[in-house]
Amino acid sequence: MPTTLIAGRPIDVNDEGFLVAYDQWDEKLGGELARLIGLELTDAHWAVIRFLRADYSLRSETATLRRASTVGGFPIKELFELFPGKPAKKMSYISGLPKPKGCV
Amino acid sequence: MTDAPIVPDFSGPDCPAPNAAPAQRKLVIICSKGNLDMAYPGLILGSAALGEGIETHLFFTFWGFDMITKGRMDDLKFTMLGNTAMHLTQAPGMPIPAMLGTLPGMTKMATKMMQKQIADLEIPTVPEMLEQIHEMGGHMWACRMSFDMMRLNEADLYEGVEAVISATDFMELSEGAQIIFI
Repeated sequence: MPTTLIAGRPIDVNDEGFLVAYDQWDEKLGGELARLIGLELTDAHWAVIRFLRADYSLRSETATLRRASTVGGFPIKELFELFPGKPAKKMSYISGLPKPKGCV
Repeated sequence: MTDAPIVPDFSGPDCPAPNAAPAQRKLVIICSKGNLDMAYPGLILGSAALGEGIETHLFFTFWGFDMITKGRMDDLKFTMLGNTAMHLTQAPGMPIPAMLGTLPGMTKMATKMMQKQIADLEIPTVPEMLEQIHEMGGHMWACRMSFDMMRLNEADLYEGVEAVISATDFMELSEGAQIIFI
């Protein structure tokens, strides 16, 4: 499994570049991950990221868009605006979590 | 360790990778069945495609109309009849005589069981899936011939359906798209 240098820190990632160690992430790193994929984080982004982190710590599974919407209370439309294109993957990447496994 | 950070590739139709020609992936799913079990493949694939930034269209035809007819969309059924792949999850090895499916109440019971399995997996109901696809920016179209044949009014259809379109319209719409027929 590769290790990559992000914001001057060695970070373990999978072959695609998603972080593999929950504890290597902090909010400063999250901001840097967002910058790497061309996003600047606002409070609205952070609310989603914090929900994803907290939800993962409880379930050891990344929330899908559906779960972020029904449990987290973020309308799906808003998630598409905040993380355009591939919202579920972008949200998990910035939050330092694996891609969601669920189908919906 | 690599010096340049390894970053996942999030390029797609809405956000091409830097220096890359924008990908033009487009998907059309034809939903032609009105059974509960046959409604889900199109809905799940459609929602997954939208989550990947793919331009997605759902075209409802023939029995698929039950998925978008307001009075029926929340009442799709599953029947054992004609389904040789019917197994009980509690006893997968046990054969189920096809004749059982003809008994009164069996379709109702089989539907209830499937609805429960779907809900246990936290999969939304059919109307909820349509709503989600609509919110994600998916396009929904209804087939003109089926619409006329079934003597429906536009008011009978789920509001997310953009229009009732002809086979010719469908050809224009699906130009360059990948097509899945269900």
